Amino acid sequence: MAQLALEGLSKHFGVTVAVREVSLVVRDGEFVVLLGPSGCGKTTTLRMIAGFVAPTAGRVRLDGRDVTALPPWKRNAGMVFQSYALFPHLTVAENVAFGLQMRKVPPTEVAPRIAEALRLVRLDGLHERLPRQLSGGQQQRVALARALVVRPDVLLLDEPLSNLDAKLRETVRVEIRELQHELGITTVMVTHDQEEALIMADRLVVMAEGAVRQVGSQRDLYERPADSFVAGFVGRSNLLPGVVEAPGRFRTSGGLAIACVDGQPGPGVIALRPERLVLGTPTAGLDNRVRGTVELVSYLGASIDVHVRVSPGDRVVVSQPNRADGPLPRQGDTVDVGWPAAAAVVLSGDGAVIPD
Amino acid sequence: MTWVSRRALGRWALNAAAGLAFGFILLPLVFVVWLAFFRQAIPSFPPQGYSFKWFLAIADSPRFVEGFWLSLQIAVTAMVFGLAIGVPAALCLARYRFRAREPLGNLLLLPLMVPGIVLGTSLYVFHVEASIATGLPILGSIAALMAGHVLIVIPWTVRLVSASLAGLDRSIEEAAQSLGAPPLTTFLRITLPAIRPGIVASALFGFVVSFGNLEMSMFLVGPGRTTLPITILQYLEYRIDPTIAAVSVLQILLIGAAMVITDHFVKLSRVV
Repeated sequence: MAQLALEGLSKHFGVTVAVREVSLVVRDGEFVVLLGPSGCGKTTTLRMIAGFVAPTAGRVRLDGRDVTALPPWKRNAGMVFQSYALFPHLTVAENVAFGLQMRKVPPTEVAPRIAEALRLVRLDGLHERLPRQLSGGQQQRVALARALVVRPDVLLLDEPLSNLDAKLRETVRVEIRELQHELGITTVMVTHDQEEALIMADRLVVMAEGAVRQVGSQRDLYERPADSFVAGFVGRSNLLPGVVEAPGRFRTSGGLAIACVDGQPGPGVIALRPERLVLGTPTAGLDNRVRGTVELVSYLGASIDVHVRVSPGDRVVVSQPNRADGPLPRQGDTVDVGWPAAAAVVLSGDGAVIPD
Repeated sequence: MTWVSRRALGRWALNAAAGLAFGFILLPLVFVVWLAFFRQAIPSFPPQGYSFKWFLAIADSPRFVEGFWLSLQIAVTAMVFGLAIGVPAALCLARYRFRAREPLGNLLLLPLMVPGIVLGTSLYVFHVEASIATGLPILGSIAALMAGHVLIVIPWTVRLVSASLAGLDRSIEEAAQSLGAPPLTTFLRITLPAIRPGIVASALFGFVVSFGNLEMSMFLVGPGRTTLPITILQYLEYRIDPTIAAVSVLQILLIGAAMVITDHFVKLSRVV
């Protein structure tokens, strides 16, 4: 167990900057998720922590110790790979034993530790199987046991769930989270799946184009996104570009006047969470109330998405909880859309969202 | 025609095509084996009875026995050196990106594409020149013959080991390193065992290719030294009795046994 610190970590591949000055402190026992679209530098960052990629600049510290120059085999980091990377010619027990053998753990101690690790991931009784005789979920557990058995200072997870089917993923992510919590092991996980990130992380690091866009809790990212990228990537947002005319007053490029909280005068983007918008009569008394035309209705079961054209240049998605009784809005209906001023987050910038 | 009977017809056609292809491949082998047991000295149909005498004749004929041992020695040596050169070469081609990578890869496969006669002639000329230049008895030496065989084994080891490496998940090596294994340990304990099927298969193919080589060897053998295929050819120049068929049967059995043994360690169908 240890504290992990990244200090101004950068990686350049020729002229391409894969990672740009990433600084981050992962506390002892904390579960931090690096979240971002593919190519955002999250995996390169993880590989620099593991020692597979030498940083162009910056340092990696484990408990204050500078490990930047250490090769992977001297770092004591446990890593779980996207492909699991089990040794195909070794049995489950031999796979798990490998790290212990490398650490010259006495043979009498190896067997009980293997048994303990496999019990931890609920794989008792499969010691003698070969990886190819296991299901994807079981292979993933072996990979986890193999990484944990050496009692690493830090556990690194590289998209560990992306090869599992959707149902299994839901249970495994909770299991990993609970296991991590129980062992209190400092963990860094990389994923592009925001739901996975939100469920598993103590703290999230949103990355785009090689740089950290925002670090914070789930709530920080959702309620106070630092920029339009984070607003669009974590959860859904209606992003309306325009101009802050005065603190509290925003005009979209479509011409809509919106009451908001604060904001520096100048070009900006307003981010509205679809579930914070309301339709119809409940809009009475809200700070913002605009009339629009329903263009599309998507029935999603638990909720209903209503796409409303509120100005020639602006369309918003309103997510309504599904109540069995009320009538559904229909395409072409004229409806009122409303939201309190506090629901609108004003972001600086031009609102260009990086595609994923 | 119903869908079911169309499917049955399709399956029948597939089986027929496969059977035809198998027949095409196996028919010569079947005839050679059959012929080896004919009693008469001039092979003709129908056989005038069967006998083992041609197999006994091999044992009495020292040139076949000597040819067999020489071929065996050469094939084993060529296989060992072919692996010693081919495995590192394949690793290098698979792992490193350098400018000469593709030309080098093609160069290593070249002995496979050059006709045996051409290869034999050029090596012969080279050996003549090298002997004159150095004063060493290179021409017709067993070392020169073996070196030639190493040359024709290399493409097979490089090709098959490369195929094995291409199917290898490189992150298993990273996993080993992150678990505390330095590069050499990683190579010996993880990479090498993981590509073992390709290595075993290339050893087998190298052996077979060397053992059966005729064209190139004809240019490289020294006086009084002939490999089994050359012995067979020389024998055929004067006689066509079933001894040759019997020798071929033994050769088929040897290679067949090598394949069965290999298959016991690695499923050949998975690498070739």
